Amino acid sequence: MKSRARFLKKIYIGLIFIFMYAPIVLLIIQSFNKSKSRAKWGGFTLEWYRTLFEDAGIIQAFTTTITVALISSAVAVVLGTAACVAMQRMGRRRKNIIMGVTNIPMLNADIVTGVSLMLLFMSIGMQLGYGTVLLSHITFNIPYVILNVMPRFNELNPHVYEAALDLGANPVYAFARTVLPEIMPGIGSGALMAFTMSLDDFIITHFTTGAGVYTLSTKIYSEVKMGIKPEIYALSSMIFVTVLVLLVLVNRVQHQMVRGEGDEE
Amino acid sequence: MKELIHLKNISKSYGDKVILDDLSLVIHENEFVTLLGPSGCGKTTTLRILGGFETPDKGQVIFDGRDITNLPPNKRNLNMVFQNYALFTHMTVADNIAFGLKIKKKDSSYINEKIRYALKLVNLEGFENRSVKTLSGGQQQRIAIARAIVNEPRVLLLDEPLGALDLKLRQDMQYELIRLKNELGITFVYVTHDQQEALTMSDTIVVMNQGYIQQTGSPEKIYNEPENAFVADFIGDSNLFPAVMVRDRLVAIDGTEFDCVDTGFGTNRPVDIVIRPEDVKLKNENMGTVNGKVTDLIFKGVHYEMCVDVKGREWVAHSTRPRYVGETVGITVDPYNIQVMNKPASEDEEAAAVNE
Repeated sequence: MKSRARFLKKIYIGLIFIFMYAPIVLLIIQSFNKSKSRAKWGGFTLEWYRTLFEDAGIIQAFTTTITVALISSAVAVVLGTAACVAMQRMGRRRKNIIMGVTNIPMLNADIVTGVSLMLLFMSIGMQLGYGTVLLSHITFNIPYVILNVMPRFNELNPHVYEAALDLGANPVYAFARTVLPEIMPGIGSGALMAFTMSLDDFIITHFTTGAGVYTLSTKIYSEVKMGIKPEIYALSSMIFVTVLVLLVLVNRVQHQMVRGEGDEE
Repeated sequence: MKELIHLKNISKSYGDKVILDDLSLVIHENEFVTLLGPSGCGKTTTLRILGGFETPDKGQVIFDGRDITNLPPNKRNLNMVFQNYALFTHMTVADNIAFGLKIKKKDSSYINEKIRYALKLVNLEGFENRSVKTLSGGQQQRIAIARAIVNEPRVLLLDEPLGALDLKLRQDMQYELIRLKNELGITFVYVTHDQQEALTMSDTIVVMNQGYIQQTGSPEKIYNEPENAFVADFIGDSNLFPAVMVRDRLVAIDGTEFDCVDTGFGTNRPVDIVIRPEDVKLKNENMGTVNGKVTDLIFKGVHYEMCVDVKGREWVAHSTRPRYVGETVGITVDPYNIQVMNKPASEDEEAAAVNE
């Protein structure tokens, strides 16, 4: 009886994984398929990856994606950390309210965020394009930074900063030497998560971008409208692998953070 | 002794909550001053105003003749030992101690010598390269003190530094602190809610409650001659009774007249009196001023604690000789052991006196 129950459990979990990952596995297989038809296997090839890297439009989109992700996560880290510094000094009630407000964009439907940002940019007369995409990404990245950094602030002994001041440090030096090292793991995982979210985003970018400015995800979308090319499989597979690696990294950083605390005990 | 710190008419509130109300205090050079009181009495706020971490709403902080009320902490020539130590956990012991000296751009041979000297002073020689995380609470406390004193402050501020240590360690550290102060020859301002700690270490105790100073004086004075019921109650066990001052040198407790040494309270005036339990002498029946019946007996180690019912009021007595429950005893008190105090006059004083 027992072994049968265990067997059924394994079947069940297996089915879940098949449903979740079979499409992606299929996508990756297709990206190596020599045949242009999806119905038959024409042999292994890296052809589609090669043509991908020769496509100037794709390279352009790739550059845009990476720079937007880098700049937006860097700016979000600075703004988010500054917000945490301020929030840490608030009373519990005000802190909870602000935390709630910053969490809303994360839970909010992307399409609502995207459309409302687009409306905002247009109503103040901004030209939609690289700048507006970057601003949007910074906006939705800040909550992820706060989410990661704030717990570190909550654990911080507030007297440590004061002790540095007491020993003659000016406020900037005291922050850099005492607070920053303690919150660094949070900043690290926050930055990685923000980077991943930016890389990953389609909907908000779709609504806030202008003519001729593409990120990889919006590029794929526009190409698909004209008919699916095998290069798209290759591109999608690469995005999937990149995001997967980043997520593993985020987990590793957070795990180390927990372990680091264990050491202090 | 020369006056070093003068707090002048300091007031501080957070929102509607008044923490300090028109507090004035003088601290002398080379004095061990303890701010003593229950939590919320304003003692820590007073210390933080001295350290520069809080700015008073009203009043001035004068340090060595100079107004430092608005000077930031990093510009003040005093150092603080924080509650829970506040060590830099990602640095070694040596880096912790050198933190202030490096900011002052001292050369490395000077710094190394200072580290060695400070570690020797707190009995932790050879701990330079240890990680702070590996130290016990008592050792961390010593490092926190070493980190503060290498900067050669004129005043060391200590905010309940022994609060997190166990009893035995706490007692050892009390002696260490007294020794340290004598070796360094600087002023200590110490905050605690532990009256035993205050009595053991201080030159001067400042008893605080609800933002007011209740009494300032030497430990002996505070213990033996409390000025009001709050001080009497807060410092040690005590029999705190309402009484009537019949005339000079005669006080009546529940109708029983006792000789005392106090004068100037007028005649038939209601007062409060304090008698320390160790000053309540138990004799055999009818051998004392008044008879009472023992209702409780507890062994406390050094002495026995007995509760005696006298005319419906419970007296606490300490003695090395036990009197058993049910026994009728006579009670005497030497006249100089009865401390007579005015009843609180205003409502403010009343509020300050009742409840901890």
